[in-house]
Amino acid sequence: MATKPPEIPNIAEMMDKIKSGKIFGEIAKSITESQVWTSTFRHGYADTPRNRVLQIASNVWLHLHPVKIHRHALRIKFTWCMGGITFLLFLSTVVTGVILMFYYRPVGEYAYFDMKYLQYDVPFGMLMRNMHRWAAHAMVITVWLHMFRVFLTGSYKPPREFNWVIGVFLVTFTLLLSFTGYLLPWDQLAMWAVTVGTNMARATPFLGNEGPFQEFVFGVSPRYDARSMLIGGSVVGPPALLRFYVLHCIFIPLVAGALMIVHFWRIRKDGGISGPL
Amino acid sequence: MAQAPAPRKKIDEIPEKVHVWPYLVRLEFLCAIIVILLLAVWSITIDAPLEEAANPTKTPNPSKAPWYFLGLQDILVYFDPWFAGVVAPVLIIVGLMLIPYLDMNPKGNGYYTYEERKVAIWVYCFGFLVLWIALIIMGVFLRGPGWNLFMPWQFWDPHKVVALVNVDLPYAFGVRDYWMASFVGAVVTLGYFGVGTAIYMFMERKAIKNVGFVRMFLKIQLILIMIGIVIKIVLRLAFNIKYIWVTPWFNV
Ligand code: HEM
Repeated sequence: MATKPPEIPNIAEMMDKIKSGKIFGEIAKSITESQVWTSTFRHGYADTPRNRVLQIASNVWLHLHPVKIHRHALRIKFTWCMGGITFLLFLSTVVTGVILMFYYRPVGEYAYFDMKYLQYDVPFGMLMRNMHRWAAHAMVITVWLHMFRVFLTGSYKPPREFNWVIGVFLVTFTLLLSFTGYLLPWDQLAMWAVTVGTNMARATPFLGNEGPFQEFVFGVSPRYDARSMLIGGSVVGPPALLRFYVLHCIFIPLVAGALMIVHFWRIRKDGGISGPL
Repeated sequence: MAQAPAPRKKIDEIPEKVHVWPYLVRLEFLCAIIVILLLAVWSITIDAPLEEAANPTKTPNPSKAPWYFLGLQDILVYFDPWFAGVVAPVLIIVGLMLIPYLDMNPKGNGYYTYEERKVAIWVYCFGFLVLWIALIIMGVFLRGPGWNLFMPWQFWDPHKVVALVNVDLPYAFGVRDYWMASFVGAVVTLGYFGVGTAIYMFMERKAIKNVGFVRMFLKIQLILIMIGIVIKIVLRLAFNIKYIWVTPWFNV
């Protein structure tokens, strides 16, 4: 009896499978029917409309989404995905920021050396610091782009006026988050950038000691004015460091986070992403 | 300000709504992976800056605010700090918040269009791309010691001195008396806003009934301030004008 010739895969047939995408189904099938898989997961996921809804509705993280959306809301060309990316970058700064907080002390004597310690001694300290800083800078850019997109699509028009207003608060808080964080490394770059930035508060009308009309307000002096309230003194020193730290790590993230939740909730209440309807 | 047209209704044959799971979630997931990857690569290859320890006795020249505020810092060349550092940011924030309440054009809601809202697009792009982004780029790359302008190929000479030959606008027109100059400045500044508002109201008089006087008044003030900033920059650069209106309390 002649031995059976080895089976030669038919090239044309293979190409057909790849092109039509059938190959993925076959691979998936062979994995989900394997012994390892079936012994690990007791039952499969039936792709029914009901299950699709439940995936969103019974998941605490995903349920910020509606369960169904307009088809056009999926188009990257429309949203540029910029709001979502901004949120993702915000989450990245929260995660890396908490890690940095384990090593950083907002005290004049320590702050700078804690940065050095983070960079040279803490495992992955430099990477955490880099990710935190670059995500923060990227977030500033993406939030501007998001705003630009929302303007260009006219998505602030009724019924979404109020969500735009929340958005303006969000862009302001994003900048303030970045600005307060800028001081924390306590190096020359930090100190002088914040000095330049906060010097402006000196010129606040009525409330700054060099501002217009300050002579009509009782008690305004270099030690007691809008600027000194911000930085806890008349120069950017250790009190400013502590103030900015508290604002940066607690106050502004909490307020911004709360506003983001309202922002997302309003997107749903306003009928989802705007579209040409 | 045209009349509200009937909303465009578009009925598709394919279902209008899709499930978020899997259609949106998988997109978000993909997007998240790409962004996190880019961020990781960026963070592995480029280190965040850390200069020498803070030293209050050693002022760097130039001292620059964080890059995203350099547009405002650049306006400081042309305006006093009370405007560039305090009033301008407040106006930007408030002005942005007012946009949905001032733009009464019902068209262009939820899709890209230039044709249907030309003015709005122009105003926003001018404010964002020119007054904000372009000034930031200039502040980051072209402003050197003493906040002087340097071209990219020029050496940042800390001893560069630029002669200040600026004069106030009334002075340039031969007014030498302080109070007279102050009066002329007031007339020019307030006149600019008054005439600008009047012209706009006259040209758009038909819209007042639909849009409302307050809306149109606020809108034109914000636009006049924006144009005014540009006018002042041009006056300074081309004619060395320092202030337009000098008073004992503030200068514009
Ligand atoms: C921390 C900042 C922000 C986050 C995380 C955020 C997030 C989002 C997300 C995820 C969306 C869904 C659609 C999309 O991705 O484009 C969205 C939509 C929207 N955002 Fe934001 N956003 C922020 C800031 C802003 C700002 C600064 C504005 C405007 C001033 C704004 C106004 C809006 C509006 C009006 C919508 C609805 C858009 C539509 O219906 O087409 N948001 N935002």
